[in-house]
Amino acid sequence: MIELWNSLPVVMQILLKITAILVPLLLLVAYYTYAERKVIGYIQIRIGPNRVGWRGWLQPIADALKLLFKEVVIPSKADKALYLMAPVITIGPAMAAWAVIPFDAGLVLSDINAGLLYVLALTSLGVYGIIIAGWASNSKYALLGAMRSAAQIVAYEIAMGFALVGVLVAAGSLNLGAIVEAQAGSVFTWFWLPLLPLFGVYLISGVAETNRAPFDVAEGESEIVAGFHVEYSGMAFAVFFLAEYANMILISALNALLFMGGWLSPLPQSWVAGVPLLDDGFHWFALKTGFFMFLFLWLRATFPRYRYDQIMRLGWKVFIPITIVWILVVALAVVYRLPPWWSA
Amino acid sequence: MLENYLPILIFILVGILVGVGSLGLGYLLGPRRPDQEKDSPYECGFEAFENARLKFDVRYYLVAILFILFDLEIAFLFPWAVVLDDLGVFAFWSMVIFLGILVVGFIYEWKKGALEWE
Repeated sequence: MIELWNSLPVVMQILLKITAILVPLLLLVAYYTYAERKVIGYIQIRIGPNRVGWRGWLQPIADALKLLFKEVVIPSKADKALYLMAPVITIGPAMAAWAVIPFDAGLVLSDINAGLLYVLALTSLGVYGIIIAGWASNSKYALLGAMRSAAQIVAYEIAMGFALVGVLVAAGSLNLGAIVEAQAGSVFTWFWLPLLPLFGVYLISGVAETNRAPFDVAEGESEIVAGFHVEYSGMAFAVFFLAEYANMILISALNALLFMGGWLSPLPQSWVAGVPLLDDGFHWFALKTGFFMFLFLWLRATFPRYRYDQIMRLGWKVFIPITIVWILVVALAVVYRLPPWWSA
Repeated sequence: MLENYLPILIFILVGILVGVGSLGLGYLLGPRRPDQEKDSPYECGFEAFENARLKFDVRYYLVAILFILFDLEIAFLFPWAVVLDDLGVFAFWSMVIFLGILVVGFIYEWKKGALEWE
């Protein structure tokens, strides 16, 4: 088996590994949409989709097939090349960011030193897809939605970037695997506690970055219909949808990696070393990511939509001061080796 | 080290292929029945008024400019954060001065009302 693997050309090996990441990811996206409808259904004391397959389990497949056989309408006044390019620019980075996500100790497609920088760069590219889509559609709703969405994303990206600087100071590395290793110890050495304000900022900014409720003014259906993708139909719409959900899963995974110790077990090492399921491993990473994914749905079902001026106020006037102060606090603790976390 | 970036390059290409592939499939499998009404921009069922390339609020430009400033600060902070533990006290106080200047600018734009969205 190993000989067969080694005899394959390197590019072939890489392609197989990418398939092993992308296929589960796309399935997860499909069933995340199902989970969203079910979870919000039960929160609102409804059942949610239950017609296609047993308890609605085939609903996402049916949705995908329906979208596949629908017409991709290209508005006559749209800029055709840009109009078709926008979904591709949105989904490309949403997929490619997974190249540096470590799923377990050493289990990562590309173990590069600049991992976090790469993720930040790729998630920032998403805003181009939105602006291009809004502008190329030549529709008023789309343009307004794109402007709102872009301004919101860049405002929260700053808070997010500052929060990441705090993580870097604490971990001393850009490599995502090394950042997880730096949190080893116990639940209380995971970065969520020493970096609690940054964790909060990152968590909320992540929701705003993906344009999810309660920050979904960009596609607030009661005022601007669907925002930047109002003119998109069929598969072109499906690609935007796919990218949005893939980004939500990515942000959840980053939350788990940067603040919740990734694949580390919450129980003390001395108890669980070598015990299957309780020891460190992929399942802990999956569990933590799943929790943050659930949080996205829970937030959407719980909070009413923010007003746009409130969103901008929160991003600029609350989050940025918090993060600047906490970066200095953490840096001070690291440089002067202050207890309890950096006394060593 | 550089060979670690080959999977990334391939992954980006595959990511783009996912987008192009799904659009291509939708184009092949879906019907195409263009009609003048359907292909006109959506506007609540009305004929579209004027051009959709509206003038938009100058505040969006302001946000964009502020974003560039702050994003640049983050670009400066990233390498500093990684080597802070090695460089120690000197690096810390240098950044305190740098962030101090940034904060003065931040307070100025706050007082000027550049952060208001009213």
